[in-house]
Amino acid sequence: MSEDTGASPIHASSDHHGHELTEADEARYPVPDPGHPEHLPRLADVDPKAADRATRQVAFFFGMVPLLAIGFAVVYFAVPGDWFFDFGPLRANARNLGLGLTFGFSLLFIGIGAVQWARMLMSDEEMVDLRHGATSKPEDQKWMLTELDKVVDESKLTRRKVIGRSLLGALAFVFVPMLVGLADLGPWPTKKKRAATIEKTLWAEGVRLVNDVTFEPIKPEDVEIGQLINGEPANLKDLEGTEFITQKAKAAIVVVRMDPNTIKIPASRSDWHVGGILCYSKICTHVGCPISLWEQQTHHLLCPCHQSTFDLGNSGVVVFGPAARSLPQLPITIDGEGYLVARSDFTVPVGPSFFERDSRHDFEEGDN
Amino acid sequence: MAEPAITVPGSPAVEAEVPKKQIGPVFRVARGPVKWADERIGVAGLLRPFFRKVFPDHWSFLLGEIALYSFIVLLLSGVFLTIWFKPSMAEIEYEGTYQLLRGLPMSEAYASTLSLSFDIRGGLLLRQMHHWAAALFVAAMLAHSLRIFFTGAFRKPRELNWVIGVGLLALGIFEGFFGYSLPDDLLSGTGLRFLDGAVRATPVIGTWAEFFVFGGEFPGDLIVARLYMLHILLIPALILGLVAAHLALVVYHKHTQYPGAGRTEDSVVGYPVFPVYAAKAGGFFFIVFGVVTLMGALMQINPVWVFGPYNPAQVTAGSQPDWYMGFAEGAIRIMPGPGWEWHIGSTTWSWNVFLPLALPMALLFGGMAIYPFIEAWVTGDKSEHHLLDRPRNNPTRTGLGVAAMTWFGMLWLGGGNDVIASQFDVSLNAVTYFLRVAVFVAPVLAFLLAKRICIGLQRADHDRLLHGAESGVIERDPSGRYSERHRPITVGEQFALTQHAEQDALVPVAGDGDGEYSDRQLRVEQLRRRATRFYFADTLRKPTRAELEEAAAHHHHRASHELGAGQGNGHGDGDGHAEIAGTESEHLAP
Repeated sequence: MSEDTGASPIHASSDHHGHELTEADEARYPVPDPGHPEHLPRLADVDPKAADRATRQVAFFFGMVPLLAIGFAVVYFAVPGDWFFDFGPLRANARNLGLGLTFGFSLLFIGIGAVQWARMLMSDEEMVDLRHGATSKPEDQKWMLTELDKVVDESKLTRRKVIGRSLLGALAFVFVPMLVGLADLGPWPTKKKRAATIEKTLWAEGVRLVNDVTFEPIKPEDVEIGQLINGEPANLKDLEGTEFITQKAKAAIVVVRMDPNTIKIPASRSDWHVGGILCYSKICTHVGCPISLWEQQTHHLLCPCHQSTFDLGNSGVVVFGPAARSLPQLPITIDGEGYLVARSDFTVPVGPSFFERDSRHDFEEGDN
Repeated sequence: MAEPAITVPGSPAVEAEVPKKQIGPVFRVARGPVKWADERIGVAGLLRPFFRKVFPDHWSFLLGEIALYSFIVLLLSGVFLTIWFKPSMAEIEYEGTYQLLRGLPMSEAYASTLSLSFDIRGGLLLRQMHHWAAALFVAAMLAHSLRIFFTGAFRKPRELNWVIGVGLLALGIFEGFFGYSLPDDLLSGTGLRFLDGAVRATPVIGTWAEFFVFGGEFPGDLIVARLYMLHILLIPALILGLVAAHLALVVYHKHTQYPGAGRTEDSVVGYPVFPVYAAKAGGFFFIVFGVVTLMGALMQINPVWVFGPYNPAQVTAGSQPDWYMGFAEGAIRIMPGPGWEWHIGSTTWSWNVFLPLALPMALLFGGMAIYPFIEAWVTGDKSEHHLLDRPRNNPTRTGLGVAAMTWFGMLWLGGGNDVIASQFDVSLNAVTYFLRVAVFVAPVLAFLLAKRICIGLQRADHDRLLHGAESGVIERDPSGRYSERHRPITVGEQFALTQHAEQDALVPVAGDGDGEYSDRQLRVEQLRRRATRFYFADTLRKPTRAELEEAAAHHHHRASHELGAGQGNGHGDGDGHAEIAGTESEHLAP
């Protein structure tokens, strides 16, 4: 980059050029360029006392930095992590506050000192640099084109075209290994794989509904009208680690009891509930948040992530928000010991939609 | 090709160039090392183009600097965090110092974040600084891009640098999202759950993308490590590369400057890099660093220990992404669901999730990237621009920018519709219904309003040029009328207010253009001309030299006769500045 290096002081002749131009072109410049305004001295330029004051300010800011830095070290080694400051309703960890204030102010003071130095004491005479258009000089352009010609000629590319073509092919195909190498980023969601993963949960015939914190099984008489229990399948407890959390992310349910006379139960689902106790997937059909805000009187369940609202008194249809599909309902009954159990897995995949999902069997408003 | 380096016979050594008398103590110490370095890497020649390079001074040029410096703070604080953070989803039982979570199973990622917050000295400070710096980084980039947009600094020759900037903004947003997804607490896990649902909703390839991103079903045990790689290696490297290109282009093009006396298209007026900008910009780096540190000390951010470890069956009400993801979150929230999911055969097309995510992103980044080229096509302007526009002088562009900001703002409000509803005690549904409409209507209103305000400001400029500045001195004439005395403005200000080029609104090509255009070209040209009318038809023309001279003469006249004709001149009553000349002649005819 061979550029002019010299910024010229403001009084350079370039000015007058601009002025003449704007004087002549009346339509474009109704007011001719008066040229650079006269430089006015600052207080510190004319008053030595002001300059001394500014110098002292700068030195003060720089001088505080070593003190603050030492303060930081003292706080680091001397202040235990469980000291707190109480400022009325605010509470601050003493070590975090001490470290942050000493370090923060030491940085800030370097900055303030330097800026004050530049503003008050350094020369503030403006300078002018000439611009050169972004385009290269004509001789450079010409040189480039000639050289390009030579390069093509010297490489024999134009005469032996097969080299260029095969090279292009080679470069295109060298990406194949790089792409293929990524093919094992994850398992392939084939039909079989999907059926074993995202289309299946831990629920199966006879699996007990349990409280998701205590893992206690639930009896119908434990559930009052209007109550909502967050549940999981009993067999989740046997799992650990990643498998546990992955299954939990799909199998979570809500169990609610409503007065059967105040809700709509379609004929096809007449044996999916136990005396007004219904069980739904807790995983939102929108993007998969666990839905948990329950409006007892309206039977609405609202997702706190994006506010999709489902009517649990009407087979989980969407009444508001960005979700497009009903909340899947889990058919339940009671087992021999009187506990709530699933009659099967969910009849449709739970959670957010995916392309290969067969959504023809989901409940829609008006179905029976 | 390799030309021999040009050698100047008898080129003097570095120290010989400096007149002996001027060598102060600094140089006496530096002479040795400088000579050493110069003999090896030619320091003097290397620095020559940059050492005294001139940069113009204006507060709005600091916005990009804030972005750059907060990125440096991110790199520095990020290095400290990587020393302690473990990007692992392996489950362990927490045994650290935070009593309330002891004995709970959690991932190593979350446990190490807790350890950073409670056990590592200075860890909490650095965590909070990192998070604040990220919020500031994106905010500063956005503010910087608005400054560039409204002043027209994206025009030739800087279009490419603008596009690089758009890339940086997009990368910065995703870098931030991946970063706050790492601690594996309840909030960040909820964000990942959202990512899973969003990726999965992509038509045709969604399930494959989901399985490839997460290494199988959500959440699996890979995603934190994968995002960590993106967050600390791949994206920062891309950002660094683009930042380098961005700055190199700023140096090559030289900085734009605001119009004013003595500032032309072919010069740049300001202060040299050394010593002024070394001190100012270097000092400003420390100020940004210091302020971020104080924020980390005084303002809590992302207290992950309050949220608890990730549990896919739980979510906190009022869950919010960091501010820069708010617009995407808002689009997702206000999108109506029913009817926007297609069930075709055994497939599901989840437009209710895909569209509100993909469209705003494409519109924001795509729209930004393409805008300079659209405007250049409309104006047909092929010249270089180094003097900035005052936003009022291009009312339509300014209006479009304000419309885009309003659109972004409406989506952003949507991202907090639940917080708005609970804080202001209004219906959540009403807020959402309102925003569904407002996201389309508000930008149009904002466009019209901003454009009108710009034209109003142009009229105010007109007033200052023709009548001078309001002096605050109220005069009462013998007939009892009050008027305010006006003071002439400086020639420098007059020049600054009138130096802008004016664009013409073009009339349609008459008939078939006399064979000048082919059919296709004619259609394009008519469209372009219509666009120039959209852009420039309402723009106020600046006064001519004759008008200014007449006004000046009148002003002089008035000043010499003190109270003159006693016409209240009605400045500020807002009527008909188009009839400025008429108002003046009233004064002139006592």
